[in-house]
Amino acid sequence: MQKVFSRPQALKDKQTHYCPGCGHGIAHRLVAEAVDELGIREEVIGIAPVGCSVIAYDYWNFDCSEAAHGRALAVATAIKRLKPQNIVFTYQGDGDLAAIGTAETIHTANRGENLTVIFINNAVYGMTGGQMAPTTMLGQKTATTVKGRDPTLHGYPLKISELLASLPSVKYIERVSLHNPQEVNKAKKAIKQAFQNQIEGVGFSLVEVLSSCPTYWDMPPVKALDWMKEVMTKEFPLGRIK
Amino acid sequence: MVKKKILITGNEALAEGAIQAGCLFYAGYPITPQNELIACMSKRMIEMGRVFIQAESELAAINMVYGASAAGARSMTSSSSPGVSLKQEGISYLAGAELPCVIVNIMRGGPGLGNIAPAQSDYFQATRGGGHGDYRCIVLSPSSVQEAYEHMFKAFDLADKYHIPVIVLGDGMLGQMMEPLIIKPTNHESQTKNQKPWALTGCKGRKPNVVKSFFMAEGDLEKFNLKLQDKYREIENKEARYEGLFLDQAQELIMVAYGSMARIAKQALLNLRDKKLKAGFIRPITLWPFPKEIFGQVVRKNPKVKFLVLEMSYGQMVEDVKLAVNGRAVVEFLGRSGGGILSEDEIIKYAKSI
Ligand SMILES: Cc1ncc(C[n+]2csc(CCOP(=O)(O)OP(=O)(O)O)c2C)c(N)n1
Ligand code: SF4
Repeated sequence: MQKVFSRPQALKDKQTHYCPGCGHGIAHRLVAEAVDELGIREEVIGIAPVGCSVIAYDYWNFDCSEAAHGRALAVATAIKRLKPQNIVFTYQGDGDLAAIGTAETIHTANRGENLTVIFINNAVYGMTGGQMAPTTMLGQKTATTVKGRDPTLHGYPLKISELLASLPSVKYIERVSLHNPQEVNKAKKAIKQAFQNQIEGVGFSLVEVLSSCPTYWDMPPVKALDWMKEVMTKEFPLGRIK
Repeated sequence: MVKKKILITGNEALAEGAIQAGCLFYAGYPITPQNELIACMSKRMIEMGRVFIQAESELAAINMVYGASAAGARSMTSSSSPGVSLKQEGISYLAGAELPCVIVNIMRGGPGLGNIAPAQSDYFQATRGGGHGDYRCIVLSPSSVQEAYEHMFKAFDLADKYHIPVIVLGDGMLGQMMEPLIIKPTNHESQTKNQKPWALTGCKGRKPNVVKSFFMAEGDLEKFNLKLQDKYREIENKEARYEGLFLDQAQELIMVAYGSMARIAKQALLNLRDKKLKAGFIRPITLWPFPKEIFGQVVRKNPKVKFLVLEMSYGQMVEDVKLAVNGRAVVEFLGRSGGGILSEDEIIKYAKSI
């Protein structure tokens, strides 16, 4: 009998610590599948962020480094410059990449480092208990915006992908979502493309992945998927940005 | 390379030392008074086909060093006081992940933006661990241009030997003054090919490596911290270094100073000895581990001995001297910082008064 679905070699046989309905597990798997399909598991070096996915290295079956909160792209820059033959990527949440690490994000992109960035936008800070993220929706209630995000106090959801797209050294940006199987397939394709770009020496490539956090959106997992489709994708339109 | 003698600033000597010691990666951000160092590195690293990055901040620079070290390369950054403050979180991570690296701090006046005059007021930050957690960095303090050069070899060797960040702590005077430097032939290139089986290179033919400082499982962090502490005790036992003068006889006064301050203190000491004062001199070379033992030995020779600690700060190393002396003798202090530097005359006048 032909086996048509199995665990990618780049993923360890390990139960994750993520909440039911969390998008991180799916995103980890998509990275692992892309790595396997491109046959690069033994060359890959992944940089895990500080956030809910801090121990992503416990799930991936290839070389990994931790990075201080927000500094994954600084760590990745150094590794890639020293080891251009390796495939180096970061996996970062919206707090990590678009708040505390904004300077590293913009400058790494602007230097045109030949890196792959998987950017998980779940509109909150998961790890620390559901506080406002730069990507939190207007009106969205979080632990630190109890009356909802108010643009006069908290600004608007930060579209860092669109900001980055304005830099000449940025070569590829696509926004994808994990809210249904069709979109998951598209996400996989984009992630694979971002790795393929690095293999070909194209330059800085980023995939923004809209991902669910049912726990801190205070929704059951299925409703969280609906909310992504109805609310998040309106603010963060899907598709190729650059 | 043949032995040659050149006239060079301390900052350039630190850079040249790093190059000769096999530094493969440098990241830094400009700040006075260490700018000659980054400028020299940008030129020399590129010439040597190595990696130089002008980072967007000291935060980025130290985290680049983290990545470079995780990839197995001898790596370093340099800065001056405010910039080194920004690096503290990164240094704590480097210590926690047991990554070797070298950090040069050419100290200037503080607190805050302070000024660009030479100072020694980051001693606490360097020796106590300015970042969070129970960690230590080895701290070397050169006091001449020649020593600045040579300390870079020592710094990279110690960093690799103990998997630890090593701080080379100089001040603006050392960084900017010119002195003759004798460049000796070295074979330190071989050091860079050090086996680092834990480094991130891609997992071909082995299990994946992970570089991290995070220990969530019950009991794991305590176990790791105890292992770190064992390493620190070993370093304290083996690596403390100092320069001593006239310590073989009993003395009435012992001057204690490090770095640039030690140069002035040594002149004052020789002057006082000409005037028949029985005086000796201790210059700690490693600030951590602090060379405690010699203080006890000096006190045993003469229980009435007095120590005079001289610093370009308002009293930081003096605390380590007091800990080493442990109440067995009088410890006096004289210091200036924020622009003024103690002169030979000020030191002599004060020494005579005690
Ligand atoms: C310097 C520093 N500041 C704050 C924190 C606390 N902290 C940990 S994760 C995090 C935010 C994580 O949010 P995000 O990046 O969106 O990832 P998520 O958990 O949602 O996946 C914060 C603030 C930290 N670890 N380090
Ligand atoms: S808190 Fe949110 S992001 Fe974190 S694991 Fe749970 S669902 Fe996922």
